[in-house]
Amino acid sequence: MRATVIEIENLRKKYRLGAIGSGSFAADLQSWWARKQGKEDPNTVLTAVDMEKGPKEFWALNGLDLKVYQGDTLGIIGRNGAGKSTLLKILSRVTAPTEGCVKLNGRISSMLEVGTGFHGELTGRENIYLNGAILGMKKREVDEKIADIITFSECAKFIDTPVKRYSSGMYVKLAFAVAAHLDSEILVMDEVLAVGDMRFQEKCLNKMGSVADKEGRTVLYVSHNMNTIQQLCNRCIVLDQGKIIFDGGVEEAVKIYMGNQKESSSLVDLRNMERPEEFQGLSAKLLSLEALDYANGCFTDCEKVRFRLRYEGYRDAKDLSLRIVMNYADGSPVSMMTSPQELRLRADKEEEIIFSLNLAEVVSGKYTLSLVLYEVNRYGTRYNCDGIKDAFCFEIKRKEDAAYGMEWSHRYWGHVALPQIEILSRS
Amino acid sequence: MEENWTTVLKPGNKWYELNLRELAAYKDLIFLFVKRNYTTRYKQTILGPLWLIINPLFTTFMYAVVFGGIAQIPTEGVPALAFYFGGNILWSYFATCINQTSGTFVNNAGILGKVYFPRLVMPISTVLTGLLDFLIQFVLFLVICGIYMISGVTIRMNGSILLLPALVLQVAVLGMGIGIIVSSVTTKYRDLSVLVTFGVQLWMYASPIVYPLSQIPEKYQFLYLLNPIAPAIVIFRYAFLGIGEIPFLSWGISWGVTGVIFLLGAVLFNRVEKTFMDTV
Repeated sequence: MRATVIEIENLRKKYRLGAIGSGSFAADLQSWWARKQGKEDPNTVLTAVDMEKGPKEFWALNGLDLKVYQGDTLGIIGRNGAGKSTLLKILSRVTAPTEGCVKLNGRISSMLEVGTGFHGELTGRENIYLNGAILGMKKREVDEKIADIITFSECAKFIDTPVKRYSSGMYVKLAFAVAAHLDSEILVMDEVLAVGDMRFQEKCLNKMGSVADKEGRTVLYVSHNMNTIQQLCNRCIVLDQGKIIFDGGVEEAVKIYMGNQKESSSLVDLRNMERPEEFQGLSAKLLSLEALDYANGCFTDCEKVRFRLRYEGYRDAKDLSLRIVMNYADGSPVSMMTSPQELRLRADKEEEIIFSLNLAEVVSGKYTLSLVLYEVNRYGTRYNCDGIKDAFCFEIKRKEDAAYGMEWSHRYWGHVALPQIEILSRS
Repeated sequence: MEENWTTVLKPGNKWYELNLRELAAYKDLIFLFVKRNYTTRYKQTILGPLWLIINPLFTTFMYAVVFGGIAQIPTEGVPALAFYFGGNILWSYFATCINQTSGTFVNNAGILGKVYFPRLVMPISTVLTGLLDFLIQFVLFLVICGIYMISGVTIRMNGSILLLPALVLQVAVLGMGIGIIVSSVTTKYRDLSVLVTFGVQLWMYASPIVYPLSQIPEKYQFLYLLNPIAPAIVIFRYAFLGIGEIPFLSWGISWGVTGVIFLLGAVLFNRVEKTFMDTV
């Protein structure tokens, strides 16, 4: 049996929502005095807004147990806010757990963000030493590896130039090169590979793979990118609301992560869904979306998928359009669709439209739709009136077989099946 | 089966868990931070490290003009330049220690929030950087004294100059102690950082920098010397300029205070360092 390198027991981490503390000594004194007098603390009186937001505490990690063995490359996936980053932060000792404990065997080094501690005025070489030391290397160790690091970084020509003159790509390459040559037994990474050009990304992946395979080190990797997880990891855990809901093979974990996205019911109330900042406007609000040809979270006939959308306007406007972005359940985009500029707004009036999408080419799988209502003014500039990301989740089950006998591989082939190849002539 | 874990992460620190061995393992990092502070400070400046000398010289001239010339505060027969310069460099080292270390957590939140290393590395390297500055300025101080001696002014430098390492150590430890207390508390209360810059300025006037101890009435001198930094400055002036005498009792008390402040600082720092990222 391989040695256990990380053992996590009932790990919990609490965060307080809203402002932490009162921020000033005076207010804290006030609270303290009030408590002494047995009165209500004036600084914890909840305002109406606070009440609406619910409890003030939030468990980012809620009872996590995990054992990681030597040589594991463990992928950690989960939706935003599932606790992935908190877990890594605790493991890399940036913050301490609220309850429970973590036992480590060996040095741990984290690459939560590449280039931490780089100083713009120092040269590449000086920064390698500094960054190496920050990550826990001794000067002697860096001395031994500096040639490798420089070669790996592909920055040899600029190594004695201050890094503030570097392009952002070079900066990242150098930073990654240092981190990749760490000697620690456990490596923790948070989506560092989302940087650099394609070729360098591949190089990094290979390096990480060999670190685990040949040198027997342990790698923990957090990402939203299912592709890299599948390439890099041999074991995967899925986090949800601070708990591990799955621990095992990568393929299955990815499936569970995707399946974790529940299909929407046929009528979706959009009023209280969270709006990303870039979609927020003042002129309209999306109210609800109803799927008309929907059965059990599933579309089977995709030529004409009809929806009823209701929205209200806060002023009069014409020439609005609807934009719909379709994503696969792992977050990778499928396509974008727009409507003609025929929608209108009336102040304080509700509008209702029925539209249809043609999803005939899309292969079976789970998808989400993001809606944006936008306005085009007479200068041709587009303004978002309102929009919601992943407003509607659904599954497509095609009757016919898009891959003609093979199982469709979303990872390699994408999500759209173009028509079968037509043979025009044969010898 | 019990395994030998190299690290165990638990909520909170015991107050006595100062991990000195770990700190020693990171001595290369301390050295590199000092080097970084040096090489980056005077990048793209014309005079470069000369500023290290120009700064205290100008301050000294100002003191000599304002306090010596206009306010007519006596310097006990020692040339004004040597008198003010000596006090000034020791004080500015002290002030630097406090000011620079007091921002440890808030100013370095970016790097401290990404990667772990013993947090004490940061204040220690700042204090060491300041020490180098002090030594350079100290050499200039000796040069000034030497010039006066050659030109026939009596400067009664005496054997107590051997106390210098103890004096500098005390200044550094006291400054860093106060600095880390402030840095620990500022993670929650930012107002303290404003208070510190201001407080250090006021403190200077409560210490014998721009005037000799003899200006304080005899019966209040013991009380005055409870200011933990005052005895160090008085002894420094006695050793190199031969004015005043060594207040042994006060010095002992000030060492006690220094020790208590430093311990308190270390304990506070230790408590805060694990979770400051959640409040900073």
